[in-house]
Amino acid sequence: MAERPAKTILKTEGLTKHYGGVRALERADFELHDGEHVAIVGDNGAGKSTFVRQITGVEQPTSGKIFFDGKQVEFKGPLEARAAGIEAVYQNLALADDLDVPSNIFLGREEVYFNIGPFSFLNTRKMMDKSRAVLERTGVKIPDLRNTIGNMSGGQRQCVAVSRAASFASKLIIMDEPTAALGIQETAQVENIIRNLKARGVPLILISHNLRQVLNLVDKIWVFRRGQIAGMVEADKTDGNEVVSLITGVKSGVHESASYI
Amino acid sequence: MGDQVTQVNGATIAAGKTRRRPQEVNILLGLVGIALIFEVLGWIFQGQSFLFNTQRLSIMVLQVSVVGIIAIGVTQVIITGGIDLSSGSIVGATAMIAMSLAQVGTYPRAVFIEQGWVDLPVVIPLATGLTVGLIAGLINGSLIAYTKIPPFIATLGMMVTARGLAKWYTKGMPVSFPTDEFAAIGKGMMPVFIFLVISLIFYVALKYTKYGRHTYAIGSNEEAARVSGINVERHIVLVYAIAGTLAALAGMVVAARGLTAQSGMGMMYELDAIAMAVIGGTSLSGGRGSIIGTIIGMVIFGMIISGFTFLRLDAYYQEMIKGAIIVIAVVADVYRQRIRTRAAER
Repeated sequence: MAERPAKTILKTEGLTKHYGGVRALERADFELHDGEHVAIVGDNGAGKSTFVRQITGVEQPTSGKIFFDGKQVEFKGPLEARAAGIEAVYQNLALADDLDVPSNIFLGREEVYFNIGPFSFLNTRKMMDKSRAVLERTGVKIPDLRNTIGNMSGGQRQCVAVSRAASFASKLIIMDEPTAALGIQETAQVENIIRNLKARGVPLILISHNLRQVLNLVDKIWVFRRGQIAGMVEADKTDGNEVVSLITGVKSGVHESASYI
Repeated sequence: MGDQVTQVNGATIAAGKTRRRPQEVNILLGLVGIALIFEVLGWIFQGQSFLFNTQRLSIMVLQVSVVGIIAIGVTQVIITGGIDLSSGSIVGATAMIAMSLAQVGTYPRAVFIEQGWVDLPVVIPLATGLTVGLIAGLINGSLIAYTKIPPFIATLGMMVTARGLAKWYTKGMPVSFPTDEFAAIGKGMMPVFIFLVISLIFYVALKYTKYGRHTYAIGSNEEAARVSGINVERHIVLVYAIAGTLAALAGMVVAARGLTAQSGMGMMYELDAIAMAVIGGTSLSGGRGSIIGTIIGMVIFGMIISGFTFLRLDAYYQEMIKGAIIVIAVVADVYRQRIRTRAAER
């Protein structure tokens, strides 16, 4: 631990989630440092999404502890997690198709001029300017921000969702399969946003099935298998084969015996 | 990938994929088309102009503006992805209750003559009426938001219940002879004025306030609205409460105008209001619609009814055609939807 000056942003101890008799997640010990980008990989049903749902407050763990930013937390809902500084990008969840780009980026945290009785008047200009700045910073091309999201391509939509998370996340971003439905060019765009986040030092947890992407983008790879953490490898000290063997269970235990633990 | 920063300020790149023409423009063109058809048919069959007749136009506007007040509320409900079938019955119930508190003392058979509740200041029947609508709307909204029963069922229940209330209230007897002050809210062009004020308020609310944004967001993607921190349940209750209150207002206007309230008042108004909203481009699947659209839809609706009367078309045909128009409007909505989905899949 001595060689790590970066403080721990997220840590779980014995995080466990059972759905009735199904042990979806068993005693997961996970750690994420400030500025670090990690990936979570694993087969379907390995517990990746379950793990994320506990951290983002969508579900509450059966047992175990979550420490975020130095404090133990028990989020009762996604809003509490968000208020704490955790932004999540869900695959299809977070955009309102009939609203334009600024309305989506600022959904639920609109900029307001003033209130008259129950009505809060929106500062659309400020939201537009800020949206423009946000997209500029993430390097996303969207010709007309006043166009509704529903009229845009899958890539543009995902870029808006990712940019939105990137612009508000103060402490941690979690992306669940952000490029699963995208074409090559659009995938590259989202990856570019992720690189920008890295440059800005925003910690990230990326869930992906795409090993090439994972090896290229992140610092560490956490492998989940059958509801347990099968191991953790550093991206620049491994190759696809090692990760695959961890995923499939041919090899295990890097996490326990690794020198840096 | 470092040079794509510049494009945002340039509108030139946007030229390739521009925003579509606002839907309201298309609907307005439809309105003009329908007006022209009636104008031509008018000269052919009746030997007179349809449009250039102030009396006909003012009657038409008066007729639709009462239902228009309801349609403003219903539009917002439909934008959230819901539906409100109870408005017509709320009209009936409110008309009865408000009127019973607005009667003159010189009428010996006034409902509350024994209690001495006659010649009351106009604010009492008005406030009571609005409260009745508000409560009905709150019940609708709470059922939908918290018990998660479909809006169709919840408001259908309210439709039957409120109609029952209207009938039970005086055991089916009509209530008449309001004070002059109460009658004033239905007099002359007052209903049109009320409609315009209500439209303006909710035009601004939907377009320029947080309330409006959240209304569209909920209809567009309820889950997204929820994870974005919008209190979806509370907002849904609010929207139905507004719709109920506006239906109540319409009920009082229609009672004041006719100087009488009957338990059957407002029958089928809910469908007319829904039709106006849908003709005006409000999508039954939620997320889309506007007050301007509904106003145009309302004028189209009124013009078709008034046009058929003008052409001396049998009232039975009118009803059938009215039904067909509603179906056509919904089909058009589904069609628009399909085009959009296809466009998004590109």
